[in-house]
Amino acid sequence: MNIHRFGDYAGKTLVTSMFIITIVALAFFLYAILSRGVGVISWQFLTEAPLNGMTEGGIFPALVGTFWLTILSIVIALPLGIFCAIYLYAYGKPMWFVNVVKLAINTLVGIPSIIYGLFGMAVFVNMLSFEVSLLSGALTLAILALPLIIIASEEAMQSVPKDFCDASYALGASQGKTITRIVLPTAMPNILTGAIISIGRVAGETAPIMFTAATFYSRRLPQSLSDEVMALPYHIFALMTEGSNSAKQIPIAYGTASVLLLMVLGVSSIAIIIRYNLRRKKQW
Amino acid sequence: MVKSHISTKDLNLWFGDNHVLHDINLELYENKITAMIGPSGCGKSSLLRCFNRMNDLIPKSKIKGSILLDDIDIYHPHISVTQIRTKVGMVFQKPNPFPKSIFNNVAYGLKIQGKYKKSEIRDIVEKTLKDVWLWDEVKDRLNSSAFSLSGGQQQRLCIARALANSPRILLLDEPTSALDPQSTAKIEELCLDLKDKVTILIVTHNIAQAGRISDYTAFMYLGDLVEFGESSKVFTVPKDKRTEAYLTGVFG
Repeated sequence: MNIHRFGDYAGKTLVTSMFIITIVALAFFLYAILSRGVGVISWQFLTEAPLNGMTEGGIFPALVGTFWLTILSIVIALPLGIFCAIYLYAYGKPMWFVNVVKLAINTLVGIPSIIYGLFGMAVFVNMLSFEVSLLSGALTLAILALPLIIIASEEAMQSVPKDFCDASYALGASQGKTITRIVLPTAMPNILTGAIISIGRVAGETAPIMFTAATFYSRRLPQSLSDEVMALPYHIFALMTEGSNSAKQIPIAYGTASVLLLMVLGVSSIAIIIRYNLRRKKQW
Repeated sequence: MVKSHISTKDLNLWFGDNHVLHDINLELYENKITAMIGPSGCGKSSLLRCFNRMNDLIPKSKIKGSILLDDIDIYHPHISVTQIRTKVGMVFQKPNPFPKSIFNNVAYGLKIQGKYKKSEIRDIVEKTLKDVWLWDEVKDRLNSSAFSLSGGQQQRLCIARALANSPRILLLDEPTSALDPQSTAKIEELCLDLKDKVTILIVTHNIAQAGRISDYTAFMYLGDLVEFGESSKVFTVPKDKRTEAYLTGVFG
């Protein structure tokens, strides 16, 4: 066997084994959580409030809390993000300014989420006196989702072929008409995919809501924007760190984790299905 | 003498420091086909794009001189660019229909003007698709994606899209260079058929094509308009040595 052949062989083996290690680790991760948690999930678990100091009952208030936190934050972040992306794509000038803003946005994505939590506490909870509430939490999560949505939307618009825009301008369309009638409709599926992925991210975050929205224990469902809420990720944290009966609490934590995991997987699958259909239809 | 309704006067164009067009004086005659030929990079496409102000979209482009369309200077500060572009239609090198239905591709120019009724738009779309010989091929599937058409059909759709605005002039930027010979022949035939309705300016790399369809030919070289005249004369007895050299394939 000559040295080149050996190099090829070694390279392929290395790549293959790394791939297998990764897949096995991922599979084991899913197995570790789901095998401990899925057994706990039942209709009652999903529809009842926690009982007896979180040692019995279900997670319904946390499900509802996470649902509202996620929906509200996306409803706030999506229009802001899309309009901001349109500005960067079409109107931002001069170029260096746009690039600095983009760099800043990219950096925001990498900031640890606990810092968003502190920011939310300082600004929404204290400065604006929204208190620890659904509103403060949703706003904090919206700020977390904003850079993700801006980046996804801007990239989606950049990937619209310039040919389409040229044709539109050549027919007498203004820049505004070209954006609303050509660029946005063409980019929309990709923008929505980005939005759905950020939904998955927002639903699973703990740190940003810790000081801004979440409560350990509540049998009551949120009635208004100013109510504290339970949330799935924070409920797991609470189950593992508070209370006195860990033997009963830990299985519930795994059950909650499984529900959250399956929810995020479900949301991501929707994004994948949208993207798949889009690629199949795309012909330019 | 045939009537000229568009002319350039001492037209100069720069992209940054690059002086692309030098003192171009060119006249286009009504309901005639004018072909612009010349080697790559001679400025023929850039000149074409002056007529509908597409060069305005390029940052750092600068233009001097004037272009008169029916005695109106299209670069006059009070003239609206979008208005000019409805009067001067353009078809690009690569067929570039919108990711929309066949119907909506043709209707786009009318819809964005917002001054036509639905029934009017329907009538114009049908008439324009008939003008480009596409109606019989697509009348049963007006709502299908424009991408379901063949390359040649897509290019005729793009011509229809430009014609729907009833432009005075149609600019064609190497419209057949991405097409097979059969589709090319069809587009050429179409041009000859359309010239009763619209004045045509076509940029082509294909000298034979220019000879087949044009009434007038402009030869450009290194940003200069070297020669302009009736095609029959330019092709048989060119006045300039460079034109002759290009036509006989010495360079290009």
